[in-house]
Amino acid sequence: MIVAKRKPIEEIKKMLKGYKKVLNVGCGTCVAVCLAGGEKEVEVLNAQLDMARRLEEDPIEMGAFTCERQCDREYLGTLDEKVKQYEAILSMACGAGVQFIAERYPDKPVFPAVDTTFIGVNQGVGWYEERCRSCSSCVLGLTGGICPVTMCAKGLFNGPCGGTNKGMCEVSKDQPCAWHMIYERLKQQGRLDCIKELQPMTEWQNQVPRTVIQPGYRKPEKETEQQKA
Amino acid sequence: MRLNYPANIKIIRVPCTGKVDVMHLLRAIQKGADGVYVVGCIEGTCHYNEGNLRAKERVNYVRMRLEEIGIEGDRVRMYNLSSGEGPTFAAYAKEMTENIRNLGPNPLKKARKAEQDRSD
Repeated sequence: MIVAKRKPIEEIKKMLKGYKKVLNVGCGTCVAVCLAGGEKEVEVLNAQLDMARRLEEDPIEMGAFTCERQCDREYLGTLDEKVKQYEAILSMACGAGVQFIAERYPDKPVFPAVDTTFIGVNQGVGWYEERCRSCSSCVLGLTGGICPVTMCAKGLFNGPCGGTNKGMCEVSKDQPCAWHMIYERLKQQGRLDCIKELQPMTEWQNQVPRTVIQPGYRKPEKETEQQKA
Repeated sequence: MRLNYPANIKIIRVPCTGKVDVMHLLRAIQKGADGVYVVGCIEGTCHYNEGNLRAKERVNYVRMRLEEIGIEGDRVRMYNLSSGEGPTFAAYAKEMTENIRNLGPNPLKKARKAEQDRSD
């Protein structure tokens, strides 16, 4: 799941300065699960903004709407009529959701209310840990299910660096060395030979926005071209 | 026991303090209440195991969110007692009233009044 943190109220207030009628759009998927931008968090933030602006004698009217997923056109469509009534949009979704809203309503200013932080797992209520950097070259099959890109401070693909220290990383004594963990896990499974398989460097594909089209599907514009033909 | 406690307190009954939501507390302040407090069972004696512990966390969360926007967090408090402690209930009611008197009225009321004066 994508994990996000709510931005400090001062930063949100600064972005909304001068606007009198703003629609706060929550997202019902990842950010709702990690308690950062779902329906409840929209309500709390709206109440805070309403009170803060009243105290400054500059009231603001906050609208609330939470759609199932801000990264899906079908769900965003439910916003079309509502958006017309507002001067600006505050989105509590991850960066992808914010950009998709901005793309759909190019005439409206769109502001992010959360900082998208990582792809992670739920360790307890309200406690999340990063596990994946979405590097596009998954090696988990060879590393005993421990990601060296995420868990190693240097993101090393092939074995530990000189900073590994009795199972811990040189950057912090609380941070386990990813490659030590990988070694222990592989040893436990009797698969230590996996560690010898060298991985090529990640490609620079990471540096541009990536697109995935699953087998059997095509880009919408290609579909329309085909229909025209 | 015929105990007296301040008449300015309005009691809202809930089945367990675990039912009290962050928005219930926040809305009370937003709508102009000078303060709001949650009275739950003694910690460790919750019939639902952790209802009152959840309430405590929510109270602390609301205090933090209020402080952020410049409203005193101490307008929201959590107290714990057992259902047999009538005198303690009255004492907490007095203590909370005292606390709110010291803090003064909800600052949002002053803001609302200034707004009304401007529109008149």
